[in-house]
Amino acid sequence: MSKILVIAEHDGRRLSPSTARCVTCAGLVPGGEVTVAVFAADPAAIAAEAAALAGVARVLAVADARHAHPVSAVIAPQVVKLAADYTHVFGGSTTFGKDLMPRVAALLGVAQISDAMAVESATRFKRPIYAGNAIITVEVAAGRKVVATVRTASFEAAAGGGSASVIATSVDAAAPAHTRFVALSAATSDRPDLQSAAKVVSGGRALGSKENFELIFKLADKLNAAVGASRAAVDAGYAPNELQVGQTGKIIAPELYVAIGISGAIQHLTGIKDAKTIVAINKDGEAPIFEVADIGLVGDLFQIVPELEKALTK
Amino acid sequence: MRKILVGVKRVVDYNVRVRVKPDGSGVATDGVKMSVNPFDEIALEEALRLRERGEAAEVVAVSIGPDDAQQQLRTALAMGADRAILVKTAEHIEPLTAAQVLLAIVRKENADIVIVGKQAIDDDAAQTGPMLAALWDRPCATFCSKLEIKGGSAVIVREVDAGLETIEVDLPAVISADLRLNEPRYVKLPDIMKAKKKPLDVVEFASLGISTDAGLKTVHTEAPKPRSKGIIVKDVGELVDALRKKGLVS
Repeated sequence: MSKILVIAEHDGRRLSPSTARCVTCAGLVPGGEVTVAVFAADPAAIAAEAAALAGVARVLAVADARHAHPVSAVIAPQVVKLAADYTHVFGGSTTFGKDLMPRVAALLGVAQISDAMAVESATRFKRPIYAGNAIITVEVAAGRKVVATVRTASFEAAAGGGSASVIATSVDAAAPAHTRFVALSAATSDRPDLQSAAKVVSGGRALGSKENFELIFKLADKLNAAVGASRAAVDAGYAPNELQVGQTGKIIAPELYVAIGISGAIQHLTGIKDAKTIVAINKDGEAPIFEVADIGLVGDLFQIVPELEKALTK
Repeated sequence: MRKILVGVKRVVDYNVRVRVKPDGSGVATDGVKMSVNPFDEIALEEALRLRERGEAAEVVAVSIGPDDAQQQLRTALAMGADRAILVKTAEHIEPLTAAQVLLAIVRKENADIVIVGKQAIDDDAAQTGPMLAALWDRPCATFCSKLEIKGGSAVIVREVDAGLETIEVDLPAVISADLRLNEPRYVKLPDIMKAKKKPLDVVEFASLGISTDAGLKTVHTEAPKPRSKGIIVKDVGELVDALRKKGLVS
């Protein structure tokens, strides 16, 4: 039997949607039993959210003031202690998971599977390489712990309605003081979260300026969509880094993705190809974005976008 | 004075669209243009800037790979690294093994700072930096977009999913470079000539006593499933109709 430990991600108050997707992936491991571990200063509310996810057997709530801001060097030794009772340890392929899980794997002396996108067996997983241009199947050697980050865009969020027990847990592990949190500058927005939104409107270099990028925000608000951006738009300063979609930014799988003024470099496409419907608006009919778009419209975005916004108002 | 080690991986060039071999044994790399992993170029640029600001005395570029990886190390030397080390192996190695190798070099060289790219654009694993830090029992500042040395510690701004996080780490430390940390310099011809005379040591992987088997094997490689062909609409009206038909707008 497989026992899977999923490391919860949260902002100190709420469980991240990525964890519900990790739980789905963990649930696909044959004969698996899923436990979620919450490391937080005050884990009660977060643990309750995790306990309500379908398929979760139990939640370990590790309360510790040092977890007020996640520091991987502090959390990793604790995960390693807990891992003794598990065959698998999963975390989201988010900046939190990518920072923490390799540390956990190295301390356990095992390799890590990055961006698991499909579960073939308890020891066999698929993952993308070369920005998604190739998919490899990897096999973990018998008797080794399986440590993986989960490509959350590949899995639906686990449903609610569960009622797992929450177990207050303390872990005795050394916590190094060599890494200290200083500050987090996070954009506060009422818009849907980019990584879990059903609809995303994204802008690229063709927007031309930060002011013009407002067009993207306006259309997104009309659609109740999250806002994304290409690397070129972020590099040019039109949009903040947390909006970047692609190989080195966020990998997303919304119902609707609207790419505006984005040519569609392969590194961008890898971040969106799990979207159910892709709409591309671009003045260059030869742009690679049209190769993956379900609906394409060739033309000037500065005419089309206001017109589209107006049409959606009617 | 500080010594900085920079990881330099030889990868298929950024602009090459890789092809999966028909027999599923991997991707075709014969005759394909190879380059320094772009994130490692950013890592190296940051190390060079630290040295130019007087924060470090020496920058050592380290690669693990085939004999041909000497080409990428020569590029690193042309950019400005003082010397280079190639840990030579023809075998595929996992990031865990790379981290073990780098740790051996870090210990031998007594390095104060290790800067690596946040990920390599071939396997997209993003593991080597934090794994090295874990084995070394030192901090790792991943996804670094700003770096400032302050005495015995470093203040780092990280690009995280929520925005920008600032952390402080004690040195020695590992730093993984994100895209916006800097723009790497172009190599000038005289620098390429000079780089030929800089020291490049080749160390046999086998001499380190580290296993190439990390307990993870790639058993099959396939091409991703293509998306089905879409439609081109001629105006906004048709676009809205198509979206309504899919139930995506009301």
